[in-house]
Amino acid sequence: MLTITPDDWMAIRVTLQLCFYTTVILMIISTPLALWLADGNSRLRSVVQALVALPLVLPPTVLGFYLLLALGPQGWIGGTLERFGLDHLAFSFSGILIGSVIYSLPFAVQPLQQAFRQMGRRPHEVAQSLGAGPLDRFISITLPLARNGFVIAATLAFAHTLGEFGVILMIGGSIPGETHVLSTTIYSHAEAMNYAAAHRLSLMLLAAAFTVLFIVYLANSRKPVVVQP
Amino acid sequence: MTLSLRAHVARPGFLLDVNACLPTQGVTALFGRSGCGKTTLLRLIAGLDRHSGSQVNFGEQVWQNEHHFVPLERRRIGMVFQESSLLSHLGVRDNLLYGYQRTPPALRRLEFEDALDLLGIHDLVDRRVDQLSGGQRQRIALGRALLSSPQMLLLDEPLSALDSQSKRDILPYIERLAAHAGIPVFYVTHAADEIERLADNIVFMQAGRVTHIETLQQALNRPDSPLFQDDGPASVLQGRLEPAGADGLGVFRAGMVTLKLAGIDAATSSARLRIRARDVSLALDPPQRISILNHLPMTIEKLHKPVAGKVVVRGRLAGGQPLLAEISAWSCTELGLAPGLAVHALIKAVSLFN
Repeated sequence: MLTITPDDWMAIRVTLQLCFYTTVILMIISTPLALWLADGNSRLRSVVQALVALPLVLPPTVLGFYLLLALGPQGWIGGTLERFGLDHLAFSFSGILIGSVIYSLPFAVQPLQQAFRQMGRRPHEVAQSLGAGPLDRFISITLPLARNGFVIAATLAFAHTLGEFGVILMIGGSIPGETHVLSTTIYSHAEAMNYAAAHRLSLMLLAAAFTVLFIVYLANSRKPVVVQP
Repeated sequence: MTLSLRAHVARPGFLLDVNACLPTQGVTALFGRSGCGKTTLLRLIAGLDRHSGSQVNFGEQVWQNEHHFVPLERRRIGMVFQESSLLSHLGVRDNLLYGYQRTPPALRRLEFEDALDLLGIHDLVDRRVDQLSGGQRQRIALGRALLSSPQMLLLDEPLSALDSQSKRDILPYIERLAAHAGIPVFYVTHAADEIERLADNIVFMQAGRVTHIETLQQALNRPDSPLFQDDGPASVLQGRLEPAGADGLGVFRAGMVTLKLAGIDAATSSARLRIRARDVSLALDPPQRISILNHLPMTIEKLHKPVAGKVVVRGRLAGGQPLLAEISAWSCTELGLAPGLAVHALIKAVSLFN
């Protein structure tokens, strides 16, 4: 019964690639962003905070729609790329990658921000007085003291991308090997009344999502993470 | 060598307006009520807060001016904060070594073992940070700062979070450290007893401004000194403690003055003795058949203005050490006390810092 077709395998591969790249990019973007957000309160920070949290409340279709406009051949990003002789980004892996990064941004930024807030400035001030420069402090203080925050941010980003559907459908369509991910494959199977196939993949996603979240809460058992809009 | 500061910071409800040269000999206390700006001043010296328009110069080194800012990690300043600031992801040993490892070997002036000796922390090095008491943590923090071989120490109320027993335990270490370090030590506090015990100089602050910069003795000569706000005027004698003689009484010698101390029998060591003015009575004749151990001849130098029926009398002991006595205005008139008069100071109680 548990036969997985080559098409399914392709969807799994694309999904894992998308999750992996999204997580890597998100960690690189979110760390400085969360450091800045955690460093104080100002009007500009509140604006950025609201922008980061938008994907939590917006329907994915809204986000996907605007991204489609921006990344498509007529959009200011897609259009600019075309003018430089490159391809626009709608219906491409790069396009759904950009969509995923934006869509999962709050899930990476908020746990990091919370971890940095909790750490406070004091450890940095201490390290600074003991002769540690900025990079040294990031490695010897921030990384170990906010380790849980990093673990949680990375797993949540990965897991949230795993379950992404609306944004991908809007920007990526459903091109096998390019933008056809697990969630959209399940949708196609269900539409085609192929419930057995949909069931198989759904069960896989369910198990994967549960495992990831279980790891997060296990790592974070002392202080549960709260993701707030 | 001087530390010159210029800063003007005005925020709603807060002001720091300083243009001062701070002494860099020994321990300089920054003293004032909470909120007077002493911690802000310390953070300015450290470069932790970068207020625009400020200037900080230490000797030849320009630490901050309009064009130039040296970050704390290149100022070589050791800091100890109010609350425990040990790095929780490191053990005690790694905390101690954090700054040491980041100090170029040529600049190191203190070795690991010497720091353990100085602070009595041999037994603690293999512990986890959360296995330490508050006083032990502050000792580790002091050791960690010293091991980075700083050219200045900034201590921001390092004892204020400790109970009085821990305070008593750790004070001798701070004293030794101050004597041993040979570098300027700035000590933020609002506790007069810590100052009388540790400080050589005092920077008095009030509402964001430096009001006086004085030596400890100068500050103690002002009966209206902010140091006396809580416990009344007091004198501090600097001298040496000697072992008890045949009479079983400890001996404290400060220049030509000798005091007997009941219940104290210590090895020879330098010490400070604090005498509250209200514990000193004055007599015109040498007292006889009296239980008070210490009566010292003294020449009256000045009578301060009576406040609430009390007069603070400043005198000089043999050898020139000043001593304050607080007596009733009535007695002052009755005895006909006046500057230049020789009297006997009867000292009812002292407290010893050793």
